[in-house]
Amino acid sequence: MKNLKLVVTAVFATLLFAACSNDDDNGTPEPVNEEEVITTMTITLTPEGGGTAITLRTRDLDGDGPNAPVVTVSGPLTAGVTYNGVIELLNETENPPEDITLEVEEESDEHQFFYTRSGGLNVATEYSNFDNNGDPLGTEFKLSSNVPSAGTMTFTLRHEPTKPNNGLASAGGETDIAASFDLTVQ
Amino acid sequence: MHKYAFGVLLFSSFYTFSQNCDYTLTGSVTDQHDGSSLSGATIIVAGTQQAVQTDLDGSFTISGLCNDTYSFQVSHPECLTKGFTVKINGNTTKDFKLEHHLEELNQVTVEGKTTTESSKTLVENKISREELERYTSASLGDALKSLSGVSSLNTGNTVVKPLVNGLHSSRVVIVNNGVRMEDQEWGAEHAPNIDINSVGNLTLIKGAGALQYSGDAVGGVIIAESPRVPVKDSLYGKTLITGSSNGQGGAITTQLTKSYQSGWHGSVQGTLKRFGDFEAPDYVLSNTGTFERNVSLHLGFNRFDYGVEAYYSLYKTEIGILRASHLGGGLDQIRAINSGVPLIINDFTYDINAPKQDVTHHLGRIKAFKRVDGLGKVSLQYDFQRNNRLEFDIRRGDDRDKASLDLELDTHTVMLDLDTRIKDEIKLKTGVMGRYQTNFADPNTGVRRLIPDYDRYNLGVYAIANYEVNDRWLIEAGARFDYTFMDVFKFYRTSFWESRGYDVLFADLVVEDLGTQVLVNPELDFFNASATLGATYDIGNDYTLFANYSLASRAPNPSELFSEGLHHSASRIELGDLRFDSEVSNKIALTLQKDDEVFAFTVSPYLHFIDNFMIIEPTEIQQTIRGNFQVWEYRQTNALLLGFDIDATYDFASNWQFNHQFSLVKGYDRTLDLPLINMPPVNTSNEIVYRNPDLKNLRVALESVYVFRQNEFPDNNFELFVPQTETFEIVDVSSPPDAYHLLNFDSSVDFNLNTRSKLTVGFGISNLLDESYRNYLNRLRYYADELGRNYFLNLKINY
Repeated sequence: MKNLKLVVTAVFATLLFAACSNDDDNGTPEPVNEEEVITTMTITLTPEGGGTAITLRTRDLDGDGPNAPVVTVSGPLTAGVTYNGVIELLNETENPPEDITLEVEEESDEHQFFYTRSGGLNVATEYSNFDNNGDPLGTEFKLSSNVPSAGTMTFTLRHEPTKPNNGLASAGGETDIAASFDLTVQ
Repeated sequence: MHKYAFGVLLFSSFYTFSQNCDYTLTGSVTDQHDGSSLSGATIIVAGTQQAVQTDLDGSFTISGLCNDTYSFQVSHPECLTKGFTVKINGNTTKDFKLEHHLEELNQVTVEGKTTTESSKTLVENKISREELERYTSASLGDALKSLSGVSSLNTGNTVVKPLVNGLHSSRVVIVNNGVRMEDQEWGAEHAPNIDINSVGNLTLIKGAGALQYSGDAVGGVIIAESPRVPVKDSLYGKTLITGSSNGQGGAITTQLTKSYQSGWHGSVQGTLKRFGDFEAPDYVLSNTGTFERNVSLHLGFNRFDYGVEAYYSLYKTEIGILRASHLGGGLDQIRAINSGVPLIINDFTYDINAPKQDVTHHLGRIKAFKRVDGLGKVSLQYDFQRNNRLEFDIRRGDDRDKASLDLELDTHTVMLDLDTRIKDEIKLKTGVMGRYQTNFADPNTGVRRLIPDYDRYNLGVYAIANYEVNDRWLIEAGARFDYTFMDVFKFYRTSFWESRGYDVLFADLVVEDLGTQVLVNPELDFFNASATLGATYDIGNDYTLFANYSLASRAPNPSELFSEGLHHSASRIELGDLRFDSEVSNKIALTLQKDDEVFAFTVSPYLHFIDNFMIIEPTEIQQTIRGNFQVWEYRQTNALLLGFDIDATYDFASNWQFNHQFSLVKGYDRTLDLPLINMPPVNTSNEIVYRNPDLKNLRVALESVYVFRQNEFPDNNFELFVPQTETFEIVDVSSPPDAYHLLNFDSSVDFNLNTRSKLTVGFGISNLLDESYRNYLNRLRYYADELGRNYFLNLKINY
């Protein structure tokens, strides 16, 4: 019986010890801001030869959270004008916002933007920047529209696609961005 | 072993006397070769239920014998079982001599007290040591699959999670050397962190019958134990080397044990396992290699009435996850599913890149026991576990080589148990358990925590009694009560916190509002009661009937409560629910067993009701900049699982054996009146084995495994707009793959190197027909076929 008492005492002593040992741990955990999430994509279309730039933006400040991205298009495109497009990617969960475009451009061999027209939109696109092997990267591009039309333009960023490729269908890789904008050419 | 011998001796010495027969047979059991006494030998009196075991000196006493001629069967784990006929004339003395069985010479007793005592009214399925050795280069989950009613939930071919009668993860408790594994078992893509080569004996209980370990084993309990060490002066070991064509790798494992007559013993065991990319029949499964390193140490002092044991094991594994399974959203999923072959196929390599898992598990245990006169056996155990889990995703920039998930889970447990007898025929096992667990999620990953930081405290008490009513009936009853307290610090996205209405429900939990995130401190209490009631009836003619009812109750795990975010390996957003209650299971299991040398079978039907069953299933599509993801939310419902398992063996000719297994399980959501997801399809396996002990112990086996198509499944498909084609396409994540049939060949022969050493050479081919197939229970089934043909060679040296 003596042994048993000893054993019981030992158990409770250990439990007590375990229970108490946590008390010094009163700091709260530090928050984590998603480092890689892209919250915002802004596409600035500047008319060649001057004029008002058109901005396409999709912004999802809660990342993978329940809120849907907010998509805005500042205005219609003009037929017969060629636009210089520049894509900017930001992570706005960090303060100050982190420019993800720089990372994408640094790893240009592993990234490529694709521009997909649908719903009768009649515009032409052309890559303006390229990776180290001369294959398209596409954070800069030219967009021209000759006749009035309306439809959807989808911007897709693929991570580690097959390069070179014949377009989105055969590019493979993983989708980092897929955002659609309703555009009008008038 | 002597604990066990003591139990049986005690047990058998209380047998009632019948007629006027009260003579005794006394004597000893010795080794025929060197005359050494054999302790722990079992002597069965033919035609009766009586059995005794020899004590430390190899001597025994059998009482209650008449003046008649009796047959005795004398067996010992290290010897050939032998029959003797003895004429009893008054109190008689007779010594039995046994011959060492060469094949078994170096094997150790695998029957441990814990396994024999786990449950008396639920049939225990065991995997023999010989069988386990065939899985040297595989995993625990692979070995368990050889039991009827066990499937596995796979992530590729290297993450194999046991699925017992349709249930898995937190519902299947794994006990490793008396320690309940706390290794983040909640994740469907987390495999058990046990080296199969450290296991001497593997037992499965399909149900919550083993209350001394847990009350929340809704699905079942898996008990893995180290090989037992005999109390005698001995030094022995074994080394196994396996090479496989598929994966172009293999494993080497070695084990060395030293024991002394004084009771001291020690053993050391280690395993090294390395595989490159595995291959399906038509392509390489890129990034599916593994690299595993394990070591375990055992040190103990074991006497009849007291003993102390220390055990430590380190398990470290690096597992590549199929590269083609890492996707960016619904549109990628459509591409992957429609492609028919993995989207990424590279040349074979041993390199393991992201996505991958890197897991380290430490387990340490100290256990002591003492037999106290008039009380019973008291044992005290302390164990510590540290599980460090790193998961690497495909990342960009500076984060490229950084883990996306870095969790460290520490668990301390103290258990005090008492084994006692209230009366001669009533045994009582009771105990108390205290546990403290702390999880730390490293914020340096740069990814929001999947599992939050928490502290968890558990207190459990249990009592199990079994009553031998008479020779035929045994009744078992047990109850357990657990209290759980969780102290959690979690950051919620403000948008999620509000969309769930938590900002109203749990406003008082908020510690800090950071704008886009809120830090909350939930403190959760759970009270869980569990119980078991069962009976065993010996029908006679080798038939036994087992009946068992068990009540189990399981507190929600951290994943079910707190998941909130994108799960890359599943390409879906997973959401837990802070409001969950415990899940309560009621299971009725019956087993009819015929235990005969020529024809043996078990048939086990069961009916399982689970209330507040926590299930994850798709609810909606969520838009993100990355495209659209399917959202999978945990919810609670009432479930019903029913099915049966059949096992049979038939020695249809000398040296020939036929083995059969059949398992069926149906699972339904009773609230929605729909089938449950991920229920194992009906499957059957049939095997013909030829054994010839005279021909170098030749063993040749051909196994056929047929898995039917799962025809009952919930429809979780969803539609997405594809801009390129301007069409809506269905993402088929529900349809199960077709049925498949596999043939496996296995063979082995033994060579005696000298009197003490033996070499066993095994050769086998799995998936003999190089069948291309997909498995409904593989989470990566959308992306790639299962493994193709594999030739393997095993070498085992016992010394």
